Amino acid sequence: MSIAIYILVMALVTYLIRMMPFVFFRRKIRSNFIKSVLYYLPYAVLSAMTFPAVFYTTGNIYTSVIGTVVAIVLAYFDLPLIVVALSCSAAALISGFLIL
Amino acid sequence: MKSSFIRGMRNGIPIMLGYFSVSFGFGILSVKMGLSVFQAVGISATNLTSAGQVAGLSIIAAGGSIIEMALCQFVINLRYALMGFSLSQHLDDSFTTLHRIILSFGITDEIFAVAISRSEPISASYMYGLIVTPFIGWTSGTLLGAVAGDLMPQSVCSAMGLMLYGMFIAIIIPPAKRNFKVLLNVIFSASLSVLFYYVFPAISFGFVVIICALVSSLLCAWLFPIKEEEKE
Repeated sequence: MSIAIYILVMALVTYLIRMMPFVFFRRKIRSNFIKSVLYYLPYAVLSAMTFPAVFYTTGNIYTSVIGTVVAIVLAYFDLPLIVVALSCSAAALISGFLIL
Repeated sequence: MKSSFIRGMRNGIPIMLGYFSVSFGFGILSVKMGLSVFQAVGISATNLTSAGQVAGLSIIAAGGSIIEMALCQFVINLRYALMGFSLSQHLDDSFTTLHRIILSFGITDEIFAVAISRSEPISASYMYGLIVTPFIGWTSGTLLGAVAGDLMPQSVCSAMGLMLYGMFIAIIIPPAKRNFKVLLNVIFSASLSVLFYYVFPAISFGFVVIICALVSSLLCAWLFPIKEEEKE
């Protein structure tokens, strides 16, 4: 299938999700259940996307795990996104040189 | 008018720097998965979102169906609907419907977080500024990553692919540390995803993310409803 169609669908769905509530919906969500689902959803999405995919990203399970552990430790100490992202990558790179 | 646009741009600079490095990783990943430079930049310029783009990339690479793509984008980006709803309560009178239609394109986790943290009502010109700098960072980072992906050593490219996941981890961990319910949700969703990966490898990535996220969020919302004061 043409990659352009995939990209079009991605862009359209993503835009509509952002646009519809911002433009049309002005009422307040009352259901605490729905509010709770919406609160949990981003974290659940990111967790499912990250694990176990992160372990296979660099092509070497050891460097990936080292990068992941570094990211978790730095994130635990509330370091900014950019610091965590760069350090995680750097840790995988450096450990790659040491191991291989 | 002009000054609030500049103020927005300035507030967007830290987001721009973060986006630049993360989208650099996305550019590399795209080329690695067989996309052209133009396609990689096309995705970034039209989507402006990290998690959805990575998932979309995996679906393209695996040759998934269009339904899978649409559903997956819907679930992963559903949080933007909530953010858009929340933001719409904080706008000033300069926000006409046309501005809403244009500016909704730029609702991301970080832009939302900065916009909502302001005490005064959000003006349209401020929002344009706040979106334009991160947009530049996101698209130019993707472009450079996709182009330089060929020039850089393999070891550097593969390590930089980790950057997006590093950012995801940096978003998940702090709230999970502060709120035990979020931690349970994170562990449950990740475990479910690991289970799918090894036990049902036939099910594609996009559907695994949808299933894990929905099951985990519904279950946690049912077992541990969130109280108003717990929200950040």
